[in-house]
Amino acid sequence: MKKYTDTGKKDTRSGFGAGLLAAGKADERVFALTADLKGSLKMDAFAAEFPERFVQCGIAESNMVGAAAGLAIAGKIPFIGSFAEFVTGRVYDQIRQEVSYGKTNVKIASSHAGITLGEDGATHQTMEDIALMRALPDMVVINPCDYNQTMQATIAAAMYDGPVYLRFGRPSVPNFTPADEPFVIGKAYVMNEGKDVTIFATGHLVWEALTAAEQLEAQGVSAEVIDIATIKPLDEAAVLASVKKTGKAVVAEEHNAAGGLGEAIAALLARECPTRLSFLNGKDLFGQTGTPAELMAAYGLDAAHIAEAALALVK
Amino acid sequence: MKKDIQELQSIASQVRRDIVRMVTLANSGHPGGSLSSADILTALFFHVGDLTPEGWTRDGKGKDQFILSAGHLTPVYYSVLARAGYFPVSELATFRKMGSRLQGHPSIRKGLPGVTQASGSLGQGVSVAAGLALAKKADGDPHKVYVLCGDGESEEGQIWEGAAFAAHHKLANLVGITDWNGQQIDGTVDSVSGGGDLEAKWKAFGWNTVVADGHDMTAIIDAFARADKASAGNGKPTMILFKTDMGHGVDFMAGTCKWHGKAPSAEQCQAAMTQLEETLGDF
Repeated sequence: MKKYTDTGKKDTRSGFGAGLLAAGKADERVFALTADLKGSLKMDAFAAEFPERFVQCGIAESNMVGAAAGLAIAGKIPFIGSFAEFVTGRVYDQIRQEVSYGKTNVKIASSHAGITLGEDGATHQTMEDIALMRALPDMVVINPCDYNQTMQATIAAAMYDGPVYLRFGRPSVPNFTPADEPFVIGKAYVMNEGKDVTIFATGHLVWEALTAAEQLEAQGVSAEVIDIATIKPLDEAAVLASVKKTGKAVVAEEHNAAGGLGEAIAALLARECPTRLSFLNGKDLFGQTGTPAELMAAYGLDAAHIAEAALALVK
Repeated sequence: MKKDIQELQSIASQVRRDIVRMVTLANSGHPGGSLSSADILTALFFHVGDLTPEGWTRDGKGKDQFILSAGHLTPVYYSVLARAGYFPVSELATFRKMGSRLQGHPSIRKGLPGVTQASGSLGQGVSVAAGLALAKKADGDPHKVYVLCGDGESEEGQIWEGAAFAAHHKLANLVGITDWNGQQIDGTVDSVSGGGDLEAKWKAFGWNTVVADGHDMTAIIDAFARADKASAGNGKPTMILFKTDMGHGVDFMAGTCKWHGKAPSAEQCQAAMTQLEETLGDF
């Protein structure tokens, strides 16, 4: 089983900031917009390097979406950044009309997603954003797993022609993917090959899945871990190939059950290859105040819960 | 080629015929606000703006741009675009029909020339226009961006987010147009929301304002010239508030909200046609 090394904990939002700066250097059409969250979104370096391409929108997210659409129509590549709830639920109609239906090349940079936002509590912990964005025609949904992958995914999003929802988080988490591996939109990354059970994970839960696979290996269970970094379009071939081998799968995500990765995979497998599945997600609940680790344990999303679910399938 | 006042009045009469006939044929649509903004859009497309179809692209490079924020005003929008030569006038007969490029509200997905952005969900056009204006400013493109809003639409909070944004970023190349007809679906704007002093609101948000009669071609053209002068003088965006009558030009439709989104019967359409001169040939 392939072992991954945490090269030092980093927040995925800083990966976004690094990717944004790199994308801005590579292409002068790249703009960055924020609604009074420049620091939280790690846009400081971009704003300092390209002040003429950094647009402060104030606490007015609806306008930010429209202004970004205008910039995109004019040929720019705008990234709009805020907390996940405020660039999805708060502005859903604006994104639907101006970005998705309007087919504009806007990149939605969504930070502080999921419960690992932590202490701010449920108003800020969106667990519904993937469902909202998946439902929009032509929207690409990317949820990278660590700093390096978020950086590379940001660069790839800038180069992709079309609307992208790029989801990342607040806390520092293990950084374990290669720093220089270009991100491929629509590709599922097979992190570990295994034969007994597949663990499909996305975002912060990929590291948890890898940790769970190590625990399972110690118990004689060979788990295949697949990083679903792009939730839409789903890499159907990779999903099908894995479950045809293992025959059962766990789907783990920091998102509620409705409309999330679990339902996306279940719909595919129901159609093409009925498979025993187990789902780890936020169920039908709101988050609450706590440390990220406390919340991950309380909502059943950490490595121990993933391993437990996999074992139950294998038995 | 700029049209003179008489030619503009002639085009506007035909546009009004188109509006009523399109909505009648479709048996749905929004004649009221289309009729109230017909003179303004005719002046804008045929005299004021660089909005000819020649060289038009969605990105608007090297041309003025127009955004219809009040997306339900497609009858007047499509008629003006067709009469300006963006697409065949005969296509107006397909308005709101299955498969048509003339969707009920503007779409960029059907490839209709002249449409820069989708609209219909209200209150978003000022933001989009501000983004376009920001891009023109960044690119050193001296052309303008025009956006048409309704006064009822201006109840949407996002209008005011866009207003503050455009003023903050000194978008002097952004020209707002309000079809100030005082009506919305449920009644007069005053009765529905207590609209207040719209001019004072725009001023308070840091815009220049110009108020003019939206049914007097000379006054309309003069208003755009005053807007240019004001923006050039102080670097602020300008909102032109045109006083209009909903349903203007058809006596039984004028001055009421009843025809905001209602199609006339064939007989009512005939009655309207007797009041509007056919100047350019019906579609």
